[in-house]
Amino acid sequence: MRYADEFRDPEKARALVAEITRLAAPLAAALGRPLQIMEVCGGHTHTIFRYGLKAMLPEDAIEFVHGPGCPVCVLPMGRVDDCVALARDPNIIFTTFGDAMRVPGSQGSLLQAKANGADVRMVYSPLDALQIARDNPEREVVFFALGFETTMPSTALTVLQARREGIGNFSLFCNHITIPATMRAILNSPDLKLDGFLGPGHVSMVIGNRPYDFIAQEYRRPIVVSGFEPLDLLQSLWMVIKQIAEGRCEVENQYKRIVPEHGNEQALAAVDEVFELREFFEWRGLGSIDHSGVRMRPSFAAFDAESKFLMPNLTVADPKSCQCGDVLKGMIKPHQCRVFGSACTPEKPLGALMVSSEGACAAYYQYGRLDVKAPRAAADARL
Amino acid sequence: MSAATVTMAHGGGGRAMRGLIEKIILPAFDNPTLATLEDQARLAIAELAALGDRLAFTTDTYVVTPIEFPGGDIGKLAVCGTVNDLAVSGARPLYLSCGLVLEEGFPLADLERIVQSMGRAAREAGVAIVTGDTKVVERGAADRVFINTAGVGVLRPGLNIAATRAQPGDAVMVNGNLGDHGIAILLARNELALSASVQSDCQPLHGLIAAMLGVCPDIHCLRDATRGGVATVLNEFAVSSKVGIRLREADLPLDDGVRGACEILGLDPLYLANEGKLVAIVPSSRAETVLAAMRAHPAGRDAAIVGEVCAEPAGHVILSTAIGGDRVVDMLVGEQLPRIC
Repeated sequence: MRYADEFRDPEKARALVAEITRLAAPLAAALGRPLQIMEVCGGHTHTIFRYGLKAMLPEDAIEFVHGPGCPVCVLPMGRVDDCVALARDPNIIFTTFGDAMRVPGSQGSLLQAKANGADVRMVYSPLDALQIARDNPEREVVFFALGFETTMPSTALTVLQARREGIGNFSLFCNHITIPATMRAILNSPDLKLDGFLGPGHVSMVIGNRPYDFIAQEYRRPIVVSGFEPLDLLQSLWMVIKQIAEGRCEVENQYKRIVPEHGNEQALAAVDEVFELREFFEWRGLGSIDHSGVRMRPSFAAFDAESKFLMPNLTVADPKSCQCGDVLKGMIKPHQCRVFGSACTPEKPLGALMVSSEGACAAYYQYGRLDVKAPRAAADARL
Repeated sequence: MSAATVTMAHGGGGRAMRGLIEKIILPAFDNPTLATLEDQARLAIAELAALGDRLAFTTDTYVVTPIEFPGGDIGKLAVCGTVNDLAVSGARPLYLSCGLVLEEGFPLADLERIVQSMGRAAREAGVAIVTGDTKVVERGAADRVFINTAGVGVLRPGLNIAATRAQPGDAVMVNGNLGDHGIAILLARNELALSASVQSDCQPLHGLIAAMLGVCPDIHCLRDATRGGVATVLNEFAVSSKVGIRLREADLPLDDGVRGACEILGLDPLYLANEGKLVAIVPSSRAETVLAAMRAHPAGRDAAIVGEVCAEPAGHVILSTAIGGDRVVDMLVGEQLPRIC
């Protein structure tokens, strides 16, 4: 298949792995531990596991730390409860992306709400939700807007379209979040050991490379914006290691075929017209992070579900036994969490990272369990 | 019959129901056992005993949406699915039952097409639909039509195909492209605004299986990979036989349309439903012979050896990815939901 197989060539992969190993081995030996590289984006985590990249790399020299970049995973329980409350209103058609349906709130997930009779519909684009609003003028249609900068422009443009057409029964429940603020929060964590970053490709397609300058300049860590195919990731990893080996800290762009240096100006203009930064936003596993989320500007209140409808709007604490935050900061591996594979499984996720296929714990559980000796008994009992 | 749609009267046991059976169902299924219209089919034991020493008996219920899709419909599916559940034991499928649950208001023309499709599929598979039942439920209590079929077949002496028999060294085989049915249904629902000419693989497998058993009576494991796909079947084999199974991604046969849809939607073809695909585990010494027999049969033209059984890691399926990595192929959790980004 064109545009896919070229990025999965085993010969090229072997060559890159050899070069990464050659550069990384002496660095790891000098440190007395593997180099810790965080892939920020959940899509990268998925690629690493799905293609088995981890097993190709020397484990004593390279360790992936799976970052917070799965928007479904980091959604706090209280926000899910708000979704469920909206969906239960018989006058509301609640529309959402598919993988947000399984995220557990304190009152269950949207999938459970749907089973109990709520009108929850899976869509593939916010424009599909707008079409549902056009088709059902007598009901309110709420779109569950979530995701990083990647999905913000499409929701912003949908709202602008709704305003142009004067569609009064369409609104967003806005849960969009931003990557740079979150990376700063991780970098500020006192026990941080990260040596470098693989930057998120699709977020950067919108915002460009410059918002990451602080990582290289203030925090002295190399970052390479990476594509999502296996060879993209291996090449980006090689670029990060090369920076470390050469003592450089720069923002580099491996994903040049998609990511323009200054992002997508039209997309950024639409985002800026519709959204403004929140003072802070609550993340599952990481707690509250300043300026890490956006809300709709007051001039769009008519399209803002938070203005239009009454919601519980409660903060619900993460389950005490969860160690999602420690996994997100790279302090422990998923299987070292005390509930991994026992109280917390993909069937009954307790923590955020077990929820979506892009979550680090779900990926470990699904694809990487053979490396994990401890929870095997629990996993086998399940079968 | 003047009404163009199914009414509650059609399930009431009276004149309307009799009319439905005589005008639509009997002509479609067309066999003397059913035509007696007794409350049960009467099957001669001597005829069954002449074919083997054990009965195989199975049932399945079909609720697919949409009821008609590229490559098949719910009727064809209801026949092929049950025929295949019998055939993967090595049994020769012989008789089916047909239970229909119809939603009030379902167009009779649609019903006629569906039961005629069942009749056609049954004749192709060499089975007779010999007994049946029809119920009508109020509008909203069912989605147009649900079909249950039970099936009976006969196993000849000596056959012992079982999920517990995979042994290290055995070859893992499939009879063609994976996931066609799952993607065909997804696209036919038309919610994705994706278009590709993917046809469901809905087909009976008993002929192919007979050809395989003809060259290798000692097939160790055999199952049709329906819901949950090939990954689920192989996990069941790995757990039941306490062996590891290693697949080679590069050898998995896939249609380009299915691959493309999976790439776009973030789906894994190993978990997609099939309706005419089997997974076989055969002794390695017979693998090439079985492969040749499969490829000579229309239902096995794209057959391939896709992996082998190993001692470790017992109870797990491992995929050697095309790029050169390894990963676990686990049982599917819930449904595959498309990813956001």
